[in-house]
Amino acid sequence: MSAGEPIVSFPLPKQGVIPVTQHLGAPAKVLVKRGDTVKTGQLIAQTAGFISANVHSPFTGKVKKVDQTTDASGYKRQAVIIDVDPQEQWEEGIDTSHDLLREITADAKEIVEKIKANGVVGLGGATFPSHVKLMVPEGKDIRYLIINGVECEPYLTNDHRLMLEKADEMMVGIQVLMKGLHVKKAIIGVEANKMDAIKHLKDKASHYEGITVEPLKVKYPQGGEKQLIKALINREVPSGKLPLDVGCVVNNVATAFAVYEAVQKNKPLIDRVLTVTGKKLLKTANLKVRIGTPVSQLLDHVGGLPEDTGKIVSGGPMTGKALTTTEVPVVKGTAGILVMDREEAWKATPRPCIRCAKCTQVCPQGLEPYLLHQYGEMKRTEEAEYDGIMDCIECGSCNYTCPSARPLLEYIRYGKAETGQMIRNRKSN
Amino acid sequence: MKNTLTISGSPHVHGSWTIEKAMYGVVLAMVPAMLVSFYMFGLGAVRVMLMSIVACMVFEYVIQRYIIKGPVTIMDGSALVTGILLAFNLPTSIPSWMIITGALVAIGMGKMSFGGLGKNPFNPALVGRVFMLISFPAAMTTWPKPIVSRPFFSFQGLDEKVLDSITGPTPLGMLTDGADGTMPEYVNMLMGSMAGSLGEISALALIIGGVYMLARKIITWHIPVAYLLSSFVFAGILWAVDPTQYADPMFHMITGGLILGVFFMATDYVTSPMSAKGQIIFGVGAGVLTILIRVFTPYPEGVSFAILLMNAFTPLINSATKPKRFGEKQPA
Ligand code: SF4
Ligand code: SF4
Repeated sequence: MSAGEPIVSFPLPKQGVIPVTQHLGAPAKVLVKRGDTVKTGQLIAQTAGFISANVHSPFTGKVKKVDQTTDASGYKRQAVIIDVDPQEQWEEGIDTSHDLLREITADAKEIVEKIKANGVVGLGGATFPSHVKLMVPEGKDIRYLIINGVECEPYLTNDHRLMLEKADEMMVGIQVLMKGLHVKKAIIGVEANKMDAIKHLKDKASHYEGITVEPLKVKYPQGGEKQLIKALINREVPSGKLPLDVGCVVNNVATAFAVYEAVQKNKPLIDRVLTVTGKKLLKTANLKVRIGTPVSQLLDHVGGLPEDTGKIVSGGPMTGKALTTTEVPVVKGTAGILVMDREEAWKATPRPCIRCAKCTQVCPQGLEPYLLHQYGEMKRTEEAEYDGIMDCIECGSCNYTCPSARPLLEYIRYGKAETGQMIRNRKSN
Repeated sequence: MKNTLTISGSPHVHGSWTIEKAMYGVVLAMVPAMLVSFYMFGLGAVRVMLMSIVACMVFEYVIQRYIIKGPVTIMDGSALVTGILLAFNLPTSIPSWMIITGALVAIGMGKMSFGGLGKNPFNPALVGRVFMLISFPAAMTTWPKPIVSRPFFSFQGLDEKVLDSITGPTPLGMLTDGADGTMPEYVNMLMGSMAGSLGEISALALIIGGVYMLARKIITWHIPVAYLLSSFVFAGILWAVDPTQYADPMFHMITGGLILGVFFMATDYVTSPMSAKGQIIFGVGAGVLTILIRVFTPYPEGVSFAILLMNAFTPLINSATKPKRFGEKQPA
């Protein structure tokens, strides 16, 4: 729907809320306090722990308070609230020009440091700190850098737009990552329904060494890390293993762009491109938004919420989170906002499983969702583990297909949490 | 506005697949065979069909409403499928009260006593059928000849319409009992011009329905193909050993409701295995058992028993056959 909408820079809000946990891993440690003035791009919270990420101020202004706020998933999290000064002042050393910097001067070590310093995380959805991915453990032989250009979800077009509009920056970002990883080959996988992007990227890639573009079958969840690797280099990441174990590292196209900005421009990750979409919205948009901007303002931009809004989802329809309120900030992982009307939000009442095996047929991980969901419901964690519950990538395909409209993924998620707990307990004993 | 937002876990969209779509798809697939039975057996077949459907649906309603006192789900199509399948397994001469008894057993014992749709280990229609076979052996094995008993392609015989008055042995019966009668030509058997139960007579109409279900992805190919191939091969081996004593495999294919069982009863979601591997095992088992029963037991008809036996093995097959997990084996 929104694939034809060029990326528009979204204006600064009056107030921004910047959670210190926008990534997978330990919350960052807050460095500022109430009353402090901050510049755009200034570090306001620092990594705490190996898997953690820096957070920078996306605004110039005054820290109103450091407090708990509700994030998109409904959890209370610590956040820095900033009263925004429209007169922007950037932190020293950040290149805010639009000039393309192709020459990579940083060496591998500096690359990792810059990515870490600038708080880059995976923008495809998992928000895993990007520098950690580049720190390949001894003995692992990495041969490919895989770039995920498969829009992780239907409806979202932010990556698609970025591929069309920022291909050069992306290519340099990919080369930066290649240098950081010491690999010679990068493959960009893009779904075949985005021929314009494929053509454009192929064009651009011919000017950069070692980068190829591969069209992929349109098939959800093609953007799942494991599915993508399988499609591109025909290797299957075994249960409980990482892409590293089959010789590759996967990054999303938006992350590649963020890496370009972080390393070449020294610009921290303080904004991102996201899609605002919905059938009943007056318009749809791809916006470049500062982290911390309230979702409600994005919705105002597209003409406000329609009368019969039934559900607002942060992310895509298959894996996104339903919002309880629009007063939540955009964070690094917000790939889109999807507004559904009541009809779309309506859920059929679950009925008994008729053992049709449809869920088993669609599961990309080769699991038996009907079984896992029973285990989840009945807390049978041992069996759940045996039948591979931890391998579930939470793609939602089983749930989508089930003719009995069973909430499979809800129970599987729950079962996963319980089973994960059991596994951790066993390890610590 | 805020308080009307729905909050639930992902995914937030659902496909269009429903129980109803699957069940009514099966019903639609059975229509050709149903029409052939009406054509071949006339009003008698219509009576059996209606009795069986109405009885199954009424029993489901009464049990859900007044005994279980739970939600009534007779419109989900599953009782309708059971009703049609049960009728398909009956001769047109069967008395109405027997049909009603059979329907009660099918729905009450075969389905509801286990907790309703999805929980029953055995195919309800087959439970009803086998119960009737044991309780009313004579009525269940008296096979009226089709009223259109002349070869299908010569229509001059149509004036012989004598409703339900002529009975004859089924081709399989002739085989087991050595009963006399002239074997119909294969082409007529394929079309449905032979003695038999409502649904088993026209292999062709059943195959059309089966192909339709495959095309609409209501069923997968695993069970039908495994079932057909294994019974064909097994019957073929016997035939090769002694063609004078054993029927040729083609004969087994198109008689005695094998095709009916293959496409419509063995593929029942609830009572067949979940994984592709399991479904193949199930199909092969049913195929071999069908021929074994037909050839080596006094029962001429093996399909029902074979499928019920395999139903009993389904839980075991399920726990022994897991789908191939992602990342389990590295492609070389
Ligand atoms: S969400 Fe369902 S389909 Fe997707 S991996 Fe998990 S079990 Fe399989
Ligand atoms: S798709 Fe739904 S009804 Fe079918 S087997 Fe899976 S859980 Fe049961």
